[in-house]
Amino acid sequence: MKSGGSDLVILRDIDLEVTRGEAVAVVGASGSGKSTLLAILAGLDTPTAGSVQIDGQDIFALDEDARAELRGRAVGFVFQSFQLLPALSALENVMLPLELSGAADPEGPARDILKRVGLEERLHHFPKHLSGGEQQRVALARAFVARPGLLLADEPTGSLDADSGAAIIQLMFDMNREYGTTLVMVTHDEILAARCQRAVRLTAGRIAA
Amino acid sequence: MRQALRMLARDWRADELRVLAAALVIAVASVTSVAFFADRVSQALARDAHQLLGADLVLLSDHPWQEEVSNKIASFNLEKAAAVNFISMAFAGEQNQLAGVKAVTENYPLRGRLRTAPVPGAPDAVSERGPARGTVWLEERLVSALGAAVGSKVRLGGAEFEVAAVLTLEPERSANFFNIAPRLMMHLDDVPATGLVQTGSRVWYYLYAAGTPDGLASFKAYVQPRLERGQRIDDLESGRPEVRASVERAQRFLGLTALLAAILAGVAIALGTRRFVERHLDGCAVMRCLGARQSRLLGLYAMEFAMLGVAASAVGTVLGSAAQAAIAGALGEVMRADLPAPGALPALQGFLVGLVLLLGFALPPLVQLKNVPALRVIRRETGTASPATVVTYVAGAVSLGSLLIWQAGDFRLGATVVGGFAAAVVLFYMVAWALLALLTHRLVTRLVHNRMLRHGLANLRRHARGNAIQVASLALGLTAVLLLTFTRNDLVEAWRRSAPPDAPNRFLIGVQPEQVEPVKRFFAGEGIAAPEFYPMVRGRLTRVNGRPVSEADYAEERAKRLVEREFNLSYMDSLPSHNAVAAGRWFDVEKNELSVEEGIAQRLGWKLGDELTFTVGGESFSAQVTSLRKLRWDSMRVNFFVIAPPRVLQAFPAAFVSAFRIEPGRESVLNRLSTTFPNLTIVDVAAAVRQAQGVVDQLVSAVQFIFLFTLGAGLLVLYTALVATEDERRRETAVMRVYGASRAQVSGSQRLEFLAMGAIAGVLATLGAAAIGQLLARRVFELDLPPSLGLWLAGPLAGLALLSLNAWLSSRKVLRASPAITLRDSV
Repeated sequence: MKSGGSDLVILRDIDLEVTRGEAVAVVGASGSGKSTLLAILAGLDTPTAGSVQIDGQDIFALDEDARAELRGRAVGFVFQSFQLLPALSALENVMLPLELSGAADPEGPARDILKRVGLEERLHHFPKHLSGGEQQRVALARAFVARPGLLLADEPTGSLDADSGAAIIQLMFDMNREYGTTLVMVTHDEILAARCQRAVRLTAGRIAA
Repeated sequence: MRQALRMLARDWRADELRVLAAALVIAVASVTSVAFFADRVSQALARDAHQLLGADLVLLSDHPWQEEVSNKIASFNLEKAAAVNFISMAFAGEQNQLAGVKAVTENYPLRGRLRTAPVPGAPDAVSERGPARGTVWLEERLVSALGAAVGSKVRLGGAEFEVAAVLTLEPERSANFFNIAPRLMMHLDDVPATGLVQTGSRVWYYLYAAGTPDGLASFKAYVQPRLERGQRIDDLESGRPEVRASVERAQRFLGLTALLAAILAGVAIALGTRRFVERHLDGCAVMRCLGARQSRLLGLYAMEFAMLGVAASAVGTVLGSAAQAAIAGALGEVMRADLPAPGALPALQGFLVGLVLLLGFALPPLVQLKNVPALRVIRRETGTASPATVVTYVAGAVSLGSLLIWQAGDFRLGATVVGGFAAAVVLFYMVAWALLALLTHRLVTRLVHNRMLRHGLANLRRHARGNAIQVASLALGLTAVLLLTFTRNDLVEAWRRSAPPDAPNRFLIGVQPEQVEPVKRFFAGEGIAAPEFYPMVRGRLTRVNGRPVSEADYAEERAKRLVEREFNLSYMDSLPSHNAVAAGRWFDVEKNELSVEEGIAQRLGWKLGDELTFTVGGESFSAQVTSLRKLRWDSMRVNFFVIAPPRVLQAFPAAFVSAFRIEPGRESVLNRLSTTFPNLTIVDVAAAVRQAQGVVDQLVSAVQFIFLFTLGAGLLVLYTALVATEDERRRETAVMRVYGASRAQVSGSQRLEFLAMGAIAGVLATLGAAAIGQLLARRVFELDLPPSLGLWLAGPLAGLALLSLNAWLSSRKVLRASPAITLRDSV
């Protein structure tokens, strides 16, 4: 990957296989390449070499739009900073993935899942009127609403206090089980990593253990 | 201070301040250009004040002065001079040209000096006396129009004169900034020989007095009660009110136009500062974390902005002084006066405007920066207090509003302009918002099944408020452009078209009753269709329904002038073919009845059934208004405000007027006509219209410079409005891409959003330009402006084109950014 004019190798010799329904934590020090790995898994960044296969499909054999379409169908996302759209209400934020994929009735499932995360009273609130924990719950609802096979989470509790963080993690694992979703999660939190079936440790761009 | 300077340099490098700087430069340049120009004009007025009048006291009359007044001047130990002014054709060989004739006594002027040159362009010198008998002095413009060099002959009415000098400067003239007919100066005693001053000619009679203040005061006291209608006294105190009034009006108009640019720039500054603040919230939070106190933060940013303000104002002032030179150049032909170099005061004014704009529009949002909690570093969502928009705009609007009213020098005028502008903005905003709301209403979106369309509509709804602001500012900018291009051309075209191709192009004035038959025979002999001759009697309105009338009864300037002057009355049996009765009935020729023109009746408050009394040469007559006439002034035919049956007016002395057509190439007929009947005045209507058009064109081109600033400011508003939502759009796009939106979906929905906005803005701007155009056509030009296909095509298309371009640029930029990086940056 090029950055700032000189070649900068962020990840090398990564060989990682995740089976359906598995929960994998990616841990490592800052700058070890965790977030880049996640972005590449999602097809948001392109690696200089190597391939990523989701359900046997090499995602970099697809063009950007096809990758986007694949994401819309099969991949959910949770970010450390939530990334809710400020101009959209909680309900509209959750409806967005369904709208983008052209679902006939985006509102029904969005309402249901917001109820599932305990926000049925907050449907029409805008992000700035929600607490951090509530915002992340909206983000979780948005990630799960399209029933993706794969959920990618980047430090999902990084912006939250301990209590809200614990609640979000519980919710995430519950939904992971309910929907049979595969979970790949970048985290600093060793306790959180321990709850996953497997932890992958990155050191200077390589898998350490 | 050093820290603030460093911040300024960094922010400039980061492209955060350039829009603000550009807005300030435009505002200051536009205001100073007008201020510099106004300063030069008022300096010229002050410099020439002592010789503006050509005397200490000027008596002005539209009929000859009473002998007793004229004779009394000497008995107050005052010097006396006299002059008459009128318009006439001057001939030299085959050439002819309408000239503003001023015939003076040899001792004219009593104050100030005449200057003449031997040939055009040669250095001039002071002349101790006016033109000698048998000679005339021509202004340079007239020398070239007639091809009459010094030493050649010029004919005026029935007499021939030798051109003795080129007139380069005269008192009074420098005060008459807007003058159309070039000057011809001659000796007063030569006037009778020309035979030009007769019944029916419009002549102004001047008496000049100069001497001791005591003598002047007692003479003034003597004359004042003896003034008749149509007579007045001018002295330095009354200061040629009409000159000052017209110069002030022109300045005020330019000034207000300039301030419109400043308002738009203020809006751009407000929008630009908001973006600046939003982008600096994080930086401020960090600085707060590092221990910066609120007051220090505020001080730093205030200093940074103050430095920016001073630098931008300086650039704006330089630009403004260049622009004022261009304005003076464009008006050079109309303004026949040397303008002194501008003073420094306007520059100060420019800096003041710059600082007011910055304080009014940038400070309130800047204050938000100091309120950023340090916690924001940790939790980004905290402290994103949206800048208090209401406070911002109220503060900015109040400061600019007061500036405008101050510039207008008149609370009502200033308030009207400020209010009008505010109303236009609010109206544009509300219409835009309503249309957007309608377009994105659930009932509409439910009908749309196309995914991309639906998504675009959803986008429109989400950004409704921001989009409405963008649409309103785009519409404002576009309105200015459309007015400058299409509406202006349409007006000029409508004006040109209004005269049919075979319309008369010459007016014949001052035909004495015994000359009517010979003149008709002359035309028959030349093979020109004998024109119709209308009798014309000059009379003054003295009473309406028995009540005496004076100009003081009317507030409106035009109404005052109409009442003050003599009316051209005519008599005939039947309605002229190019007139139509709009109300009432054509008069009974056996009765004392009148038909009046609709417009003048409205202006002077005459109604059907009113009894009007006119005085003609000391005799009065009264008659009742029985009809209001509608007529076409642009038909180039002879028209009258007031028509009576023959029995009412026949007894009074009359002269006849007529209009006829001379085909191009047959102008020599005019010379023969003028030789045969030297007392007639032939007015070249087409030339007069052309000259008037020339003046209008020059005024327009002068105003255009100011409009360019307004346009620039409008485009800046547009740019800042579009850029203001860019960061948000980029983040939204990134999130949408993560959740599976295709490129086509992103760019398609954005294109739809922008196209809808462009169409709404284009239609709004077209409506605005059309409405203003109609207002101008009806109120100023008094003609019908047909709806313009060009405008209605160009307006909406321009809106669409501008925003399509923007959509293309924006979606390229937004799509090129990697979603991963965009989202990481916005963390």
